[in-house]
Amino acid sequence: MAPKKSAAATTPAPVPAPTTPTTAPTPTPSIAVAKPSASGPQSINQVAWNIVDYYQKTTPQRTKLIDVFMAFLVVVGGLQFAYCILAGNYPFNAFLSGFSATVGQFVLTGMFSLGELDERRQSGLDETTEANKAEFPSVSPERAFADYVVGSLILHFFCVNFIN
Amino acid sequence: MAVATGTSSTPVDLLVSVGKNQSTKTLLRVIILCFIAGAAIASRLFSVIRFESIIHEFDPWFNFRATKYLVAHGFYDFWDWFDDRTWHPLGRVTGGTLYPGLMVTSGVIYHLLRALTVPVDIRNICVLLAPAFSGLTAFASYLLTNEMTTSPSAGLLAAAFMGIAPGYISRSVAGSYDNEAIAIFLLVFTFYLWIKALKLGSVLWGALCALFYGYMVASWGGYAFITCLVPLHAFVLICMGRFSMRLYVSYTTWYALGTLASMQIPFVGFLPVRTSEHMPALGIFGFLQLVAFLEYVRSAVPSRQFQTFLYVGLGGVFGISVLALVGLTTLGYIAPWSGRFYSLWDTGYAKIHIPIIASVSEHQPTAWPAFFFDLNFLIWLFPAGVYLCFQRLEDEHVFIIVYALFGSYFAGVMVRLMLTLTPVVCVAAAIAVSQVLDTYLVARSPEPADNKEDDSADTKKASKHGVLRTASQPVVGIYNFLSKGFIAGCMTLYLLLFVQHCTWVTSNAYSSPSVVLASRMPDGSQHIIDDYREAYQWLRQNTKEDAKIMSWWDYGYQIGGMADRPTLVDNNTWNNTHIATVGKAMSSREEVSYPIMRQHEVDYVLVVFGGLLGYSGDDINKFLWMVRIAEGIWPDEVKERDFFTARGEYRVDDQASETMKNSLMYKMSYYNYGSLFPPGQAQDRVRGARLPDKGPVLNTLEEAYTSENWIIRIYKVKDLDNVGRDHAAAASFERGHKKKKATKKRGPRVLRVD
Repeated sequence: MAPKKSAAATTPAPVPAPTTPTTAPTPTPSIAVAKPSASGPQSINQVAWNIVDYYQKTTPQRTKLIDVFMAFLVVVGGLQFAYCILAGNYPFNAFLSGFSATVGQFVLTGMFSLGELDERRQSGLDETTEANKAEFPSVSPERAFADYVVGSLILHFFCVNFIN
Repeated sequence: MAVATGTSSTPVDLLVSVGKNQSTKTLLRVIILCFIAGAAIASRLFSVIRFESIIHEFDPWFNFRATKYLVAHGFYDFWDWFDDRTWHPLGRVTGGTLYPGLMVTSGVIYHLLRALTVPVDIRNICVLLAPAFSGLTAFASYLLTNEMTTSPSAGLLAAAFMGIAPGYISRSVAGSYDNEAIAIFLLVFTFYLWIKALKLGSVLWGALCALFYGYMVASWGGYAFITCLVPLHAFVLICMGRFSMRLYVSYTTWYALGTLASMQIPFVGFLPVRTSEHMPALGIFGFLQLVAFLEYVRSAVPSRQFQTFLYVGLGGVFGISVLALVGLTTLGYIAPWSGRFYSLWDTGYAKIHIPIIASVSEHQPTAWPAFFFDLNFLIWLFPAGVYLCFQRLEDEHVFIIVYALFGSYFAGVMVRLMLTLTPVVCVAAAIAVSQVLDTYLVARSPEPADNKEDDSADTKKASKHGVLRTASQPVVGIYNFLSKGFIAGCMTLYLLLFVQHCTWVTSNAYSSPSVVLASRMPDGSQHIIDDYREAYQWLRQNTKEDAKIMSWWDYGYQIGGMADRPTLVDNNTWNNTHIATVGKAMSSREEVSYPIMRQHEVDYVLVVFGGLLGYSGDDINKFLWMVRIAEGIWPDEVKERDFFTARGEYRVDDQASETMKNSLMYKMSYYNYGSLFPPGQAQDRVRGARLPDKGPVLNTLEEAYTSENWIIRIYKVKDLDNVGRDHAAAASFERGHKKKKATKKRGPRVLRVD
């Protein structure tokens, strides 16, 4: 769960509203802010603050570090997308491979930090998300890291091959 | 059980106890799988044994030619290959418009064998590639089925079914060197990896799945089936409330890597971000991100707040993305669904809008008997297997159900998509059969029966069993030996019938190379009709290296592959107008056709005529498609109605319409045909028509070659007349009708346009 929230919680401001799927969560807070009185029992602003609070309280330093990297990826991806819209997509290969590199890396990193979460659960650090899962039967932290490296290698091989 | 082993040790029990050993089981399994692969390969060799090691049909000839090019010139030349010997004036960027997976696979095998110092001809590799991969497909379906069920026999049954099911054999006999030969293996194996990734939630398996998906994209246009099925499975799982991080991990890995991998193929290129067929995958990717984010929020805030958040956030995002999709489609950034795709939903669509798609026989809707013909008893076990999947309904069973639904729909729409249905039928049927066999084939009765026997003999042991029985689940079983024997016997009979049916179908329906025809002589011996190769060989030896051959597009690949001569159109129907031009030349009067042929520098025209032999797949029977395709481009000049008689019949005898009789195709087919028969007896054996006494007259073409059984007729396009007359005048002069005078002596050669 850590990966997703980072997109929204740590970088609500810098990314305006890119229409790409990965960053799809980001527009939600901005829309919410635009709407002053939510019909629900509590205002949407407060909900957003709650989430940020929750994130800052429960997330360990290591995962936050990873999340910063992910936020960086979102920014880079957003910049590329903005460039594509403003200046045209002429080397479309280059744009696609650059953009998908950021998207792919974002997703892979997200899954890696999931492995990190798992590790914390095993060492008993994190008991808040106990309802979450015993879903990963065979993921040790080393295995998660190895998977991450393999996935990234494949990803970047394809990107470099595609970039022309 | 303890009683049984303790009291008696008959040979059967001994055998069973040997089979219980884990390593023995594994060994047995490996041996059985090897046998299945052997059987799968062997049953595909009919055509090699009956005829020879030859490439079949149409498309394989192009693949064969491309493979030879790859082996001769190397990979980079192949990648940049511009072929000026097809689509004559235009050429074709072959390297960028084909799926290279098949050729590269055989090229790699070729070089591997060379490195191992096994001297092998590239043709033999091409011929035997499909059978070899069918063995791998059997193994892949074994793996896939083992993911579905705990029964140890189901996987082996699925492998056996997959190995010999005619639905798959139809596209993978030896010599059928087509993309499907390796694509079905890749399809099944990609699905296996997807299920594995989903079960384990592992990035590694997801990456493997993406790699094989990339290989599949490189091999076959049918990859779109995976591109749609996997997102659909993910979507169904989300709708069932089964979102899990395993799903998130496996899907996003597969999509992020798989899409990039698919874009490496030049022919696919930007399609994954540009066309609507690929949008579901992208949409589900975004949707999963959203759902994962929502899951996090739900764990972060109380449920009332979450509800607010859900309504506002989800509604906003959904609205924006739908608007974006619609906007991009209308602005033309994303291509709407292609025509081939529409024809999947509306079977009448192609007939109206794209005759060239409808004209291909394998794009026709499937007839009902075809299902039984291709799958035999699997087709009625298939629903039972799907039902069993409903009973367990894990994530992977949902996949089989979704696949079964879509596979059956598509198989009903297009004959060739039977191929994508076959794997799931095999898997589902294997689950059903193994369920039946596991229940009925156990010779020993279930526990309670043992107990009753024991009751009288040994009360101590019986009480022990009783305790166990109350603790365990109630045993529902078959006690009657008669019913066991009956059902097991029936199943065995069905299985035997299945094997027999498969062998029969393979041998009779799917093992003909269609380049070489076989018929039976009155005494029962086999007679080979080899007109195609005879005629192509004639072309190769008697015409100039760059003589352009015009024929209907069906024969383009064969002419390129066997005769090695440039063609105007071929089976890669990329330019509809060009095909329509050939159709117009074939269906118009000579005076119209001749300028067209001159403009395209045609030297020879090749037609296929089955009238003498009763070979029904000839050009006169395909003629209406040429007319329709030409009419699509020149509705004023070619009209389908004119080719029918006043009563709306399609005839070739003396009742045929004037347009029909004057068309170039009719003339070329029946030119000189009457000379074979006594006067007035000329007979067309395909259409069962008696031909008019006076055969057609050809002025602008001359007969160059006619094969032994008249299946292939080749005509040479006459040069302009030496003394400047038009061809009709020159020909009538030749026949002895004197003309007043020739108009001009000798001038510069000009192209005559009537």
